[in-house]
Formats: sequence, C-alpha cells, structure tokens
Amino acid sequence: MRKSFARALEMLAREDDRILLLTADLGFGVLDDFARTYPQRFFNVGVAEANMIGLATGLAEAGYIPFMYSIATFATLRPYEQLRNGPILHRLPARLVGIGGGFEYGTNGLTHAALEDFGAMRLQPNMQIVVPADDAQVYNALVATYDLPHPVYYRISKREGLALPGLDGRFRLGRIETILNGDDALILTIGAISDEALAAAQLLQDEGIRTTVAVISSLNPAPTDDLADLLARHTTVISVEAHYVNGGLGSMVAELIAERGIDCRLRRCGVSQPPGAITGSEELLNARHGIDRTNIAQLLREILDQ
Amino acid sequence: MGIKPIKPGEIRRIVLDEAKRAHVGHIASALSIVEIIAVLYTDILRIPSPSAPERDRFVLSKGHAALALYAALALRGFITRETLATYCDDDSMLGVHPEHELAGVDFTTGSLGHGLSFAVGSALAARLEGSKRRVYALLSDAECNEGSVWEAASFAAHHQLSNLTAIIDCNGQQALGMTAEILRMEPLVDRWQAFGWHAVATNGHDTDAIREAFAESATRDTPCVIVAHTLAGKGVSFMERQVAWHYLPMTDEQHRAAIAEISGNQ
Repeated sequence: MRKSFARALEMLAREDDRILLLTADLGFGVLDDFARTYPQRFFNVGVAEANMIGLATGLAEAGYIPFMYSIATFATLRPYEQLRNGPILHRLPARLVGIGGGFEYGTNGLTHAALEDFGAMRLQPNMQIVVPADDAQVYNALVATYDLPHPVYYRISKREGLALPGLDGRFRLGRIETILNGDDALILTIGAISDEALAAAQLLQDEGIRTTVAVISSLNPAPTDDLADLLARHTTVISVEAHYVNGGLGSMVAELIAERGIDCRLRRCGVSQPPGAITGSEELLNARHGIDRTNIAQLLREILDQ
Repeated sequence: MGIKPIKPGEIRRIVLDEAKRAHVGHIASALSIVEIIAVLYTDILRIPSPSAPERDRFVLSKGHAALALYAALALRGFITRETLATYCDDDSMLGVHPEHELAGVDFTTGSLGHGLSFAVGSALAARLEGSKRRVYALLSDAECNEGSVWEAASFAAHHQLSNLTAIIDCNGQQALGMTAEILRMEPLVDRWQAFGWHAVATNGHDTDAIREAFAESATRDTPCVIVAHTLAGKGVSFMERQVAWHYLPMTDEQHRAAIAEISGNQ
C-alpha cells in the first residue's frame, strides 16, 4: 500500500506545487522516486518527529501542504502534543502518514505495534482520519483528501499488493463502502485487516451464515448516516480492527448505537491486551490477539448462537 | 519605517496595569522581555499588516509572557486599546498565553519547546518561496530544557536557515527556582554554537545592544541566536530575581509601588 500511496503523492505533487514531503528518516525504498523527482520538496528531517510536526505547522501556515511520514506509532504518539498544539489547533492542512497498522511490523516488536494510533487521533475533533483498506483505495483516498482544509491522518498498510474483492478502489469521505451483502449479521471493518474480515465472512458463508461486510475508511468524519442506516437493518454486528478495542472503530460504532438508540447488539473485535514479549509474524500475532479470520468467524458464531 | 518608536516603559506600564486589573501572574516573565519586544516591534519586524503574507513572522515561544506582546500589538495599533483592556476577561481572545486567531499573533504557544520548530518551518517556507521575509523566535533559557528545541536547532543549522533569528530571554530563572540549580543550561552560547548557530551574548535590557545584535544576525549565512541576559521582573526591584513572581499577582499596594518605581525610572 505504501507504493500506491507514494505513486499518488508523486502524481499530485506534479499538479500541485504546495505539496512537500517530510520524513523522520523512514521510507527506505518507498520515497526514493519522490525524492529524486522533487529534491527541493523532499526533506529527511532526521529521527526527530516532534520537530517534524512543528516544521509542518510553520510550512502549512505559509500555504504549503506538508506530508509527514513515519511508522504509525512514532508518527502519532511521540509528537502527540505537537500535533494537537500545531496543525490541529491551528487548523492547518498538514498531513500525517503513519505506516503499519496493528501488528504489521510483526517481529519488530511491541514498540512498532500501532494499536492506538487512530483512536488517539479520533479524540481530536478536527483531525480527519483516513484508513484505506487496499492499494487502489489508498490512491483514490489520497486524491480525494489531500487538499482538505484541516489536518489529516492516514494510516497506511505496510503490506503490498492488497486488493480487497468488491471494493474496487472506492473511497468517499464520510461514507461507507459495502463489499458483501447478507442478512444474518453485519461486519464493520477498517483498514488492511479488512481482508481477514472478508475471509471470515466467506468461512461463515460456507456454513450458510450470510453477512454484510462494510468497510469504513473514513473514521473522521465518521460515516454516521450510512452507518445508522446499515445498523438499523441488522441485529447482530461486529466491528473488526487492528487496534485496541477502545477508542477506534468499535467505540465509534458503539457511540452511534447508543446515541441514536439503534436496536442492535455490537461485539467489538480488536486487541484487548497489550502485546507481550512473544514475537512473530503478523499472522501469528493477529491470531494470538483474536483478530484473524478464524477468531473473527468464531466470535460471530458465538454471538449468533446466544 | 515611519513607526512611532515603542518605549520599553510603555510596555512595562501596560504589563503592570493589565496584570493588576486581571489579577494574574507571569508578571516577572513579561517584564524581562520588555526591551526585546520594544526593539522587535519598533525596528526589526517588518509587518505592514498582521495578515500580510510577506510580513516577517514572530513566534513568542515563551508564551507565558504574552502580556508584553499584547502591549506591543496595541502600541503598534494591531489591536485596539479596548481589546487590550479585555486581557484575561471572559470572552476575550487575550489569555495568559497567545492565540493565533488574535491579529498579530502568528502562532499559538504556551507549551514550551514547540515554538522554535514553528519558526524553523516558517523560515523554510520563506526560503522555498524565495521570499525575503525573516522569522524571529523568542525562547526562555529554561525552555531550552526541552529536547525538541535542540531537534529544531539541528534542522535549522543543517539547512543553513539564515533567515531565522532566535532570542533567548536568559533570566536564569524558571517556575520553581534558579535554572542553574534545576537543570543547568550554561554555557548557552557554546551549546548553540556547537549546534551550528552563530551565537552572541548581549544585555537584554540595552535596546542599542539588542538592535545591533538583531542587525548583525541578518548579515550571517547561518541561523543566529542572541542570548539576551535579562532580569526576571526587570524594573520593579521587589520582583527582580524573585522566583515567586513567576506566578504571583500583585496586591493594590504592590501595584502602586511598582508603578511608582517604573515612573521614576522613565
């Protein structure tokens, strides 16, 4: 997904000379083309995320659209206050790009597991949050949002070659994209883990359980109207995210159900415990933390049996 | 430039009167930068209007001294005297720390260690545009405790941002005591030089010396820092170098004594 993001950014930079790219010394092999094509508009700021956010604030105040690139944990958590007091409270169009959601960095360990990035961003009212689910969608999402007036956080998957069947690259700010229809339950999913959610739906389909799978890629603005319509048509709902269960997609859906008094039952499928010392691949860690296709399908079976 | 010179005494008077009326502290921090602000807003900053894109930018990184900045904005006519008189009132934009939505304030500050990065980004933007505008940031010596200051310093030096001047209000004090005892930052000039900046020390209450240091900073091909030695509470003897005046508001009697003292010194 990073390469598709970088291609979109390079294409947009050709059209719009306000675009700059800052990186906190990450993006090996991903940002090279941009750096080569636009050497005057590319800055490796060094391993200094706090300063990167301040720089972007100063650049955006002067009319630029600076993109800031790092691993999702470093991008969102180290400089959280700089983000808040900088582009967010100044309402400036800086773009934060966090790479690698959930356990995508696998054996790199717990410092690299982004489990609270978009939840932390969601606390900030005017931080737009875009979490694309596959390579085609990230391209279209970037085109659709790069010049929004407010700051944007993009959580970009580290995996390459993602193509979510049924999504066809669709992205609309503040809307939902449905990729599978079924009446027995509703699966709401976000980001690159959507392929596991869809695989779970297919496992269930083989057993005769038909689910609707809807992808939420615009977490803020939240797709409240689309979501309310969809929730009203289902009594059993699960949310799936490569993120802690609190603060992210599941929380957003729970808030909407409560505030609108929608008659349905939600179970949030996400990471509930901090990662421990055991390392491994993304697949292993997703399974251990209950967010792989097997666990998602099992959770839904249990709810439907209750 | 056709600007009516701002006298330090005018700022000092506004600081004391408004702090008293609003019954708030941070008085000593504002008094220590009075001469620096007077020189900046009389001789240095080119601001045809607070919204002119080509204006010089100023970041008051030590945001807790905003009252001295508001005084200058009023004396320059960027905000009215009526607006100034709302300092810390309900429904006012003039809080203890400055907000960018107020005319004349380029960046919101109040959390130390962030402002220099704004200034560095602003200076980089000016360079990218080929603009002649300059960027100034006023920090406190204790603010240099923050690691992010040194991230910004490294970037500015690496990119030779010669359109950037930082001023350190080096009053030797911080919230709970003396800087030398809490977290020593000296030798500040040497530290900044080691980071690749042109650094000079000056008397932060000598307007001629400050003006000269600013003028010299504009001739360098590196970012420059002026380490301005100051007294917290300058001009009011019972506040000078007294840590308590970082926070205390004045009583009526203290206000009268302070006004009498600065009036006598004008």
